[in-house]
Amino acid sequence: MTEQDSPTPAELEPNAAGTPGACLYSLRLYVAGETPKSMAAIRNLRALCATHLAGEYSIEVIDLRINPQLAAADQILAIPTVVRHLPAPFRKVIGDLSDTERVLVGLDIRTRAPS
Amino acid sequence: MTGAVLSKSPTGISGFDDVTLGGLPAGRPTLMCGAAGCGKTLFAMTFLVEGILKYGEPGVLVSFEESAEDLAANVASLGYDVMSLIEQKKLAIDHVKIDPAGIEDTGEYDLEGLFVRLDYAIKSVNAKRVVLDTLEALFASFPDAVLLRAELRRLFDWLKDRGVTAIVTAERGTGDPNQFTRHGIEEYVSDCVILLDNRVENQVTTRRLRIVKYRGSAHGTNEYPFLIDTTGISVLPITSAGLAHLTSSDVISTGIADLDSMLGVGGYFVGSSVLVSGLAGTGKTTFAAKFVEARCALGERTLWFAFEESPEQIVRNMRSVGVDLAHCLGGTLRIESARPSFFGLEMHLARMYRDIDLFKPTAVVIDPISSLRGVESEVHATLLRLVDLLKSRGITAVFTSLSSTDQASSINDRSISSLMDTWISLSHIETNGERNRLVYVLKSRGMDHSNQVREYQISNEGIAMVPAYIGAGGVLTGSARLAQEAQERDESAARDELVMQKKRELARRRKAVEQQVAELQSTLDAEASELDSLIEHSDEHKRLQEADRARMAQLRRTKE
Repeated sequence: MTEQDSPTPAELEPNAAGTPGACLYSLRLYVAGETPKSMAAIRNLRALCATHLAGEYSIEVIDLRINPQLAAADQILAIPTVVRHLPAPFRKVIGDLSDTERVLVGLDIRTRAPS
Repeated sequence: MTGAVLSKSPTGISGFDDVTLGGLPAGRPTLMCGAAGCGKTLFAMTFLVEGILKYGEPGVLVSFEESAEDLAANVASLGYDVMSLIEQKKLAIDHVKIDPAGIEDTGEYDLEGLFVRLDYAIKSVNAKRVVLDTLEALFASFPDAVLLRAELRRLFDWLKDRGVTAIVTAERGTGDPNQFTRHGIEEYVSDCVILLDNRVENQVTTRRLRIVKYRGSAHGTNEYPFLIDTTGISVLPITSAGLAHLTSSDVISTGIADLDSMLGVGGYFVGSSVLVSGLAGTGKTTFAAKFVEARCALGERTLWFAFEESPEQIVRNMRSVGVDLAHCLGGTLRIESARPSFFGLEMHLARMYRDIDLFKPTAVVIDPISSLRGVESEVHATLLRLVDLLKSRGITAVFTSLSSTDQASSINDRSISSLMDTWISLSHIETNGERNRLVYVLKSRGMDHSNQVREYQISNEGIAMVPAYIGAGGVLTGSARLAQEAQERDESAARDELVMQKKRELARRRKAVEQQVAELQSTLDAEASELDSLIEHSDEHKRLQEADRARMAQLRRTKE
């Protein structure tokens, strides 16, 4: 499933470095309302991507409070959850993403991170 | 949500709503636990689909194990069109896939996603009924058990707040027998806990259901057998029948006139249970068949459960003893044949229960109950429930039972005899190279009955009683009886002959005596007549003498 440009009213963030067309990482973050955990996850994900994936990512934030029907497609149970659609294979991590090491392992980012 | 009386949500599962006196607690979650293959999912599906079809309550199924397509295929055989219900927006199925590998957790999280999905599904069909199948699958996916438990507690509270009637299924724990579910989630669901069980005994499986707890409601506490077949789930609360059945004083014929006369009231009481026990070849089935024939002749519906013979075989065999069942078969008579080993006891019972429900007979034959093999206590329990069922419906039942020994009451008979109202014992005695059949009424509740052991013969005319010889030599039957009778006839003839002889002798003697008397009489007569003539002579002589004397005197006077 690679719905990079899904027609959902989600918050779509192009890569921060502004190099269009190089979105190697397509990430989708599921939250439910503006809870502390959700807000922390959004913050943490943005910081992490900026650090490790500069110019190579896009983040889509989906609030299930607004769009509950989107939860089933990616089999979301836990909130917050980050799903990596691209590159394949599909990967998923849960939690507020405060443990950066585990996020990188979970999303398999470390190997691609520039040294 | 609830008034003074706990409101209940009927499941539409036959029998279950009887056991729970109305169904599951409405607006509350119910825990249903059981090992794999117990029928949890089917039970839950039935609850949902029947809720839609019968009670107009839309439902949501959150499945952690199977997809909507698989679930639909599983219940299609029961005639449930799940896909069409989904299209009609009466049923929503959300398949929650659990990642078997587990998920990397990177900080704090909760299961709000599940709540969102459930909420969305409930709203999409305006659901009143919710099933979570099997919630404990979450434990495989989320490593943080403490958090998971907190979320589950929140989930159950949430379900209650929503006022949906929910079934939460869970796997039966394998370790602690007091723990119903593997992860102990029963502690969160406090309103109603149902346990499903599928036990294998003597290589036969039996499904059982037990209501462990039902807060705020009376409920049956036993383990109830239940059945999953082409008609779905049926719970069999037969033990709840009790002893409150109506008792009839009407009498129906046994089909054998002589047997009727042995029973004080002239037959069996309507709705009574009759046991015909006997050794192999004593004609138990024939006794039953005569009864069936008599019932069918009156146009009464009769159901025959055969464990040894096929319907055709019964018809053929009974024709040889003058009982023609062929013309009733398919009409007032139905014969259900099944090998006893084909099902477990519970299954047999369930089958009979259903057939009786469908056919609505007034008389039932079970031939023979001794074929039902199993632990004796279970056979007894099965028969008890069967007898209760038949009695509660006023069905007259004839059970045949094979006695295993020459003793009239084998153990098997003894344990069931208390269930039976009338017990007809068949036996045979072997003497002088032949076997003769005997029948007697061992007991018959509520009527005077013959205490006589009667000999009977089975011929192509049917069953006929022969009065047995009972005398100084004991009870004799068959040729011994004939011999004894002949001997008695001979003795009697000899006695008669003796009397005749004596009579003749007396007559002869009388004749002789009479003759003697006559002879003596004639001698006497002769002597009398001799005496008469002598007297005559003497008179003559006297007269002559006097005449002489007178003449002489005359003469003398003239000379003087």
